Amino acid sequence: MKMNGARIMLECLKKEGVDTVFGYPGGTVINIYDELYSFKEIRHILPRHEQAGVHAADGYARATGRVGVAFATSGPGATNTVTGIATAYMDSIPLVIVTGQVPTALIGNDAFQEADIIGITRSCTKHNFLVRDVKDLATIMKKAFYIARSGRPGPVLVDLPKDVQIAQTEFIYPETIEIRGYKPNLVGHPKQVEKAVDLMLTARKPVIYVGGGVVLGNAAEVLTSLARKLAMPVTTTLMGLGSFPESDPLSLGMLGMHGAYCANMAMTHSDMIIAVGARFDDRVTGKIATFAPHAKIIHIDVDPTSIKKNVRVDLPIVGDVKDVLTKMLRQVDKNREKVAEFKDALAGWHEDIAGWKAKHPISYKQSTTIIKPQFVIQKLRELSDEDAIISTDVGQHQMWTAQFFEFNKPRTLLSSGGLGTMGYGLPAAMGAQVAFPGRQVITICGDGGVQMNIQEMATLVQNRLPVKIVILNNNFLGMVRQWQELFFDKRYSQTCMEMPIDFIKLADAYGAKGFSTSKPADVEKVIMQGFKEPGPVIMEFKIAREEKVLPMVPAGASLNEMVLNA
Amino acid sequence: MQHTISVLVENEFGVLARVASLFSGRGFNIDSLSVAPTNEEGLSRMTIVTRGDDNILEQITKQLNKLIDVIKVIDFTDGSAIEREMALIKVSAEDDSRAEVLRIVDIFRAKIIDVTPKSYTIEATGNPLKIDAILELLRPLGLKELVRTGSVAIGRGAKGWTG
Repeated sequence: MKMNGARIMLECLKKEGVDTVFGYPGGTVINIYDELYSFKEIRHILPRHEQAGVHAADGYARATGRVGVAFATSGPGATNTVTGIATAYMDSIPLVIVTGQVPTALIGNDAFQEADIIGITRSCTKHNFLVRDVKDLATIMKKAFYIARSGRPGPVLVDLPKDVQIAQTEFIYPETIEIRGYKPNLVGHPKQVEKAVDLMLTARKPVIYVGGGVVLGNAAEVLTSLARKLAMPVTTTLMGLGSFPESDPLSLGMLGMHGAYCANMAMTHSDMIIAVGARFDDRVTGKIATFAPHAKIIHIDVDPTSIKKNVRVDLPIVGDVKDVLTKMLRQVDKNREKVAEFKDALAGWHEDIAGWKAKHPISYKQSTTIIKPQFVIQKLRELSDEDAIISTDVGQHQMWTAQFFEFNKPRTLLSSGGLGTMGYGLPAAMGAQVAFPGRQVITICGDGGVQMNIQEMATLVQNRLPVKIVILNNNFLGMVRQWQELFFDKRYSQTCMEMPIDFIKLADAYGAKGFSTSKPADVEKVIMQGFKEPGPVIMEFKIAREEKVLPMVPAGASLNEMVLNA
Repeated sequence: MQHTISVLVENEFGVLARVASLFSGRGFNIDSLSVAPTNEEGLSRMTIVTRGDDNILEQITKQLNKLIDVIKVIDFTDGSAIEREMALIKVSAEDDSRAEVLRIVDIFRAKIIDVTPKSYTIEATGNPLKIDAILELLRPLGLKELVRTGSVAIGRGAKGWTG
């Protein structure tokens, strides 16, 4: 059957199993929206800003493991998506973004609302396409979804000129596609796996270092089995939180700049690091020259460019982490005797770790007069559902959440790790709530970040999305203020948010509920009130203004040079 | 150390920009880059001369391979490839220097492709080092303009490198 390009694009989404799109209309996507008007298979959520639309699609993707989809119009609509796309790119989140473009005949003429979004997003997408002929559209859409979700996932942008949306052709969705230059290596080499297990079993001080790849690759379960079978301690990055239960005694918690003392000490003293789906980011390694000086490194990653990019690697395995870990588990099962011996030999290592854990656990000084942010996070964990989904913005509250909210399940923490995007939390929670209307979705924000996408309150109320917005309000851009305190002589340049916001009135203006307290004794009450509300809620906690995130590895210092009390 | 890399790419819209922005975005050097279609339909071949230590070269080849439009990458280590470059050189040539220019052109098996009473324009082809050498000799005589194509490289031996 002949259809126009706009309709074909929607039919392609249907073929890919997409049932939700976050999008914002405009002049060059009006044909798409006209087709959408009678296209009942897709639920369309209208955010109040295109950036939030992409973050919402990203939150949807992180929470579900499916590809998130967003629409935007050409020009400013498209450029507004860029922060969202870059956020997803840095954290390897599968998205397909469809932007409208001016008619092909006008491209390059500085037409009204024209932007070279292909050029602009070239370095923050996994790939992007400009559709110049409607006959190519179905194949391009198929490729876009395949590229977005396979290998190391990432965002793919499809730029669709208005005349291509109008042009008609036969709709044939290709069953399979072949991309000569794109053949992700998913299967771990069996010989390398064998070697890796042999090498691993020679360790006496092993650490499994887990990144977001384990969450993305749905490998949390097999990772947990492997770690438990060998009694190996596990530390995770911010992106890896939830891939190994933090309630497990083998968990060291998060490592890195604001990681646990025991995790950073374990890395520094380790003789064997098994890195899984992690990329040795500078926030994780500290000073590279002194990073894990005694360790042999086994690195498992689906993306060969991650391997040996920042640190030397003794044994690389390129492949899907789930495939590789499953093979390793099988190999371990073949070596029962060696495994028993290996586990016995770890006794001393476990003692060292227990010592570090006891010496400097993640902690804070409680107060009866002023709310400590860490206390709010602990209470949230205590009072929220076991399977609650938490999103964060970026800054102090994000690190407190990582430190004090115990994550035990994958895909329960949505946070911008790589790009560090303020304003991510609220729309990401919105996307997750759309995906899981029945689950508790909580976004934990600071007073700075929450104002970067606060307009999405309207979207929450309109769509009856009962996201619980927790604001840890210190009237500061707290993380930068902390750096200014520690490294810039307390010169608080432009980090004080002098103008206090009445968040209760703000919630009210959007038709939502707002609660606020500055008393530690009321924290529990406010959380319970907020959780009981059937709709979206703001819960504001006026916290100790100059509370710091500790411990901390100063930028450029070694992992074991932690500031514990400052 | 200088490396010559050949990259086989889909002859798609924007592919040159993808490769070039990969180099600039990640802080890799490009000493020269040349690109044109190959004998295979829909494929182009780029020859990129770059520099860096082993780690950087490993990242360059891996990052290139990661681009969807890149089909194959080969890093020609010393001696495994033949490299050629062409230069068009406009040089002052008056009075006694006219004969000197002709002698140099002859020695390097170059060609005069344009001539005026005051200048010669020379076409020189060869290994990039040979081009450097002829330029060194011509420079004192008054170099007016220089255009180099950048290296192209092809592997030695009977086997063809194709997509």
